[in-house]
Amino acid sequence: MAVLDLKQKLSILADAAKYDASCASSGAGKRDSQGGKGVGSTEGMGICHAYTPDGRCVSLLKILLTNYCIYDCAYCVNRVSSNTPRARFKVQEVVDLTLGLYKRNYIEGLFLSSGIIRNSDYTMEAMVAVARSLRADHDFRGYIHLKLIPEASVELTNQAALYADRVSINVELPRDESLAAFAPEKDAGVIRKAMGAVRLGIEAGKEPARKTRPPKYAPAGQSTQMIIGADGARDGEILARSSTLYGNYGLRRVYYSAFSPIPDVAKSLPAQRPPLMREHRLYQADWLMRFYGFETAEIIAPGEDLDLAIDPKLAWALRHREDFPVDVNIASRERLLRVPGLGTRSVDRMLAARKLTRLSLADVKRLARNLEKLKPFVTASDWSPGALTDRVDLRDRFAPPPEQLSLF
Amino acid sequence: MRVVRLASETDFDGWRAAARALRPEAAAPADVLWTVDGGQASLFPAQAPQARTAGEGGFKVSRAFVDLAGRVALHRSPARFDLLYRLLWRLDATPRLLEIASDPDVALALDMQSQVNRAAHKMKAFVRFREVEAAEGAEAFVAWFEPAHRVTEATAPFFVRRFSNMAFSILTPDVCAHWDRQALSFTPGADPADAPTGDDLEAYWRTYYASTFNPARLRTATMVREMPKRYWRNLPEASLIPEMTRAAGDRTTQMVETAPSEPARRIVRAALRVSRDAPFDGAAPSSLEAVTAGVDACRRCPLWRDATQGVAGEGPARARLMIVGEQPGDQEDLAGRPFVGPAGQVFDQALAAAGVPRREAYVTNAVKHFKHELRGKRRIHKTPEAPEIEACRWWLDAERRLVRPRVIVALGATAARAVLGKAAPISKVRGQVLQLQDQAQAVVTWHPSYLLRVPDAEAKARAEGQFIEDLKLAWALAGEG
Repeated sequence: MAVLDLKQKLSILADAAKYDASCASSGAGKRDSQGGKGVGSTEGMGICHAYTPDGRCVSLLKILLTNYCIYDCAYCVNRVSSNTPRARFKVQEVVDLTLGLYKRNYIEGLFLSSGIIRNSDYTMEAMVAVARSLRADHDFRGYIHLKLIPEASVELTNQAALYADRVSINVELPRDESLAAFAPEKDAGVIRKAMGAVRLGIEAGKEPARKTRPPKYAPAGQSTQMIIGADGARDGEILARSSTLYGNYGLRRVYYSAFSPIPDVAKSLPAQRPPLMREHRLYQADWLMRFYGFETAEIIAPGEDLDLAIDPKLAWALRHREDFPVDVNIASRERLLRVPGLGTRSVDRMLAARKLTRLSLADVKRLARNLEKLKPFVTASDWSPGALTDRVDLRDRFAPPPEQLSLF
Repeated sequence: MRVVRLASETDFDGWRAAARALRPEAAAPADVLWTVDGGQASLFPAQAPQARTAGEGGFKVSRAFVDLAGRVALHRSPARFDLLYRLLWRLDATPRLLEIASDPDVALALDMQSQVNRAAHKMKAFVRFREVEAAEGAEAFVAWFEPAHRVTEATAPFFVRRFSNMAFSILTPDVCAHWDRQALSFTPGADPADAPTGDDLEAYWRTYYASTFNPARLRTATMVREMPKRYWRNLPEASLIPEMTRAAGDRTTQMVETAPSEPARRIVRAALRVSRDAPFDGAAPSSLEAVTAGVDACRRCPLWRDATQGVAGEGPARARLMIVGEQPGDQEDLAGRPFVGPAGQVFDQALAAAGVPRREAYVTNAVKHFKHELRGKRRIHKTPEAPEIEACRWWLDAERRLVRPRVIVALGATAARAVLGKAAPISKVRGQVLQLQDQAQAVVTWHPSYLLRVPDAEAKARAEGQFIEDLKLAWALAGEG
């Protein structure tokens, strides 16, 4: 086999890592390079240094240490049975690339994952070695996200969490049964236990009783990813699974990754165009659960799918027209948050402004972005939607004609 | 008409000084013309109002206004200083004006502020350094950047914090920032020709950029919204975009239409070797290890689905005393061990008070998975119901058969039901010695989490005393003969 140069390896191992949706670089708290000997800072908010034509943010150098893998997960481009080209980075190569790209301000840091080679501990150890070298040898203070291997030993997991800002373990598929079918070497129980151990580690790291502050254990928390559209799980089932994951393991994020065609597909999972709109709606629903006080059951029942043509908040409002219109001059924050087209920021500004003035429709327009969407659902000092709220064709006004959906 | 000439486009201090002077003179916004001179004079000499020191003019503005104005002043709109003076003017009649975000002037200022903030954020994102020659052992970088608003001076400290140990310059048409690892300084705007033309690592960055793109997810509108085209000419990766976009359709079609390839033979063989979990209702487990493994794979009831793991008992395989709780809680579910959470602490204290060494008892639960419901993001304990207790008795019975304790302590109603095989009100049976069919004796007592919940201090103390007495009784029975 021809020897690969570093650029070829980078090409293969970035290509192999791109199906992981997470690229967040936020939540690590404040630190910077002053007083140190290296480079790097995090200031809470993540930074996207570029966007590719798929609309995704490029924040971290997202690569695999190697895409050789002993597992045979049908949905994965790197499964052992795939004929994809293989490569493997040396630890030093990843360290040098990360620092070189960071100093040119291309990235916020490193997101390192890996195929499983030899065994879980061997692989995890090599990943930890990269993070250790960046932190200890180079005093790197940028962002590090490490993908944990659920089967790896607790000691290695703990080391990884001390060097990394964020750690993640992918649950991969919404149903345990699908994981058993498509990823025969993976075990949903082992994955959950590993996530549980991380939550215990994070909580122990926050214990205030300890006098000497221990090194921070994954200060940006943990996240996970579910592939959408590879198994038969409905949206309701997926969102119920998400709530469970948020509740059980204190996750910062559940990422939904539309099952994407890969080169050299497996027989058991034929390629299809990725359900991007479905993914988008799931993120919107997830957002409603986390920031708008919606319970999963309010958004959707387990056996149902989300409406692809309109967003889940609008869908909820159309099902609950008896709750509308809402008076923007007197309604509570909770009720205003349920109005389609009103976000948390608009609502907070509305609450502050109405203490001093009566809000007209023109005022509302200046506070919210999308007046047409919220008009049927609010009253203002000079506006009442009248029969508009209850019109049977209200949904049609917002739903794009069917052919537009595929363009998304 | 009063004409104010500010020293530079970002001369916010000049604006403040002039505004402070004009405001007490009741110079109405419509009568003031704000211009930027670029020269040295800050106020038009002929009409220069007498500047007063702070507070002398008898008006004060909030910190929030000064912060907002400082950001708005960086906007490229020629109308920005006029808008700020108008806001200042109106604050007199409406001191809380800024809280009315729906007011047209305030809305405009807030919009301009968020555009400036966005420009600063995009500067943090899109500055691209190129390495230049530096003294031995040192590194130096230079970037050419064109900010959407005049945010260079305000954003330079970010780069100092991030790259304090490397020398850098950021050249822009407005102003240039320089960091020599000691101090931050600024020089007048530069020309793109002053910047270096390339860097060896750019080829790697372009390789990465092209490889991390998934052609099956083409969404160029999102890309352009987040990475506006005005920035593209200074981004080394942006020249790849047209070709990546053009080829995406064909690449996707090819992936979708190519037939799956045959997996290698050795892979098929390996797959056959993989055996999944043994069925839970196979032969009764013949060791405690088998119970532990079986509990974790158990599907006898649906509780496994939302739990992390099945939590089996722990303790000596021939313990004389077995203590049965209700079910694992939040902490036990994560840790995989019984009685390690808040109720576990009460339990441990009571054991210590009763003189029962925990390591000599076999400690387990009636139900092995955590039953709960979500309240927001928190898991709230739910009492297991009869079908779950019945399903899980299979495991408790196996533990009883294998450990063969002399005495079993049942903590709470769920445990009592599981141990006795029927519901028994705690208040009636508590503290008695009950004979079981397998020749063991049972003592039923409170569940430690009940002790955590008793509101009334007196009742709580009484229940705690009973709990300790019951444990003592059980331990004494277990030690006899």
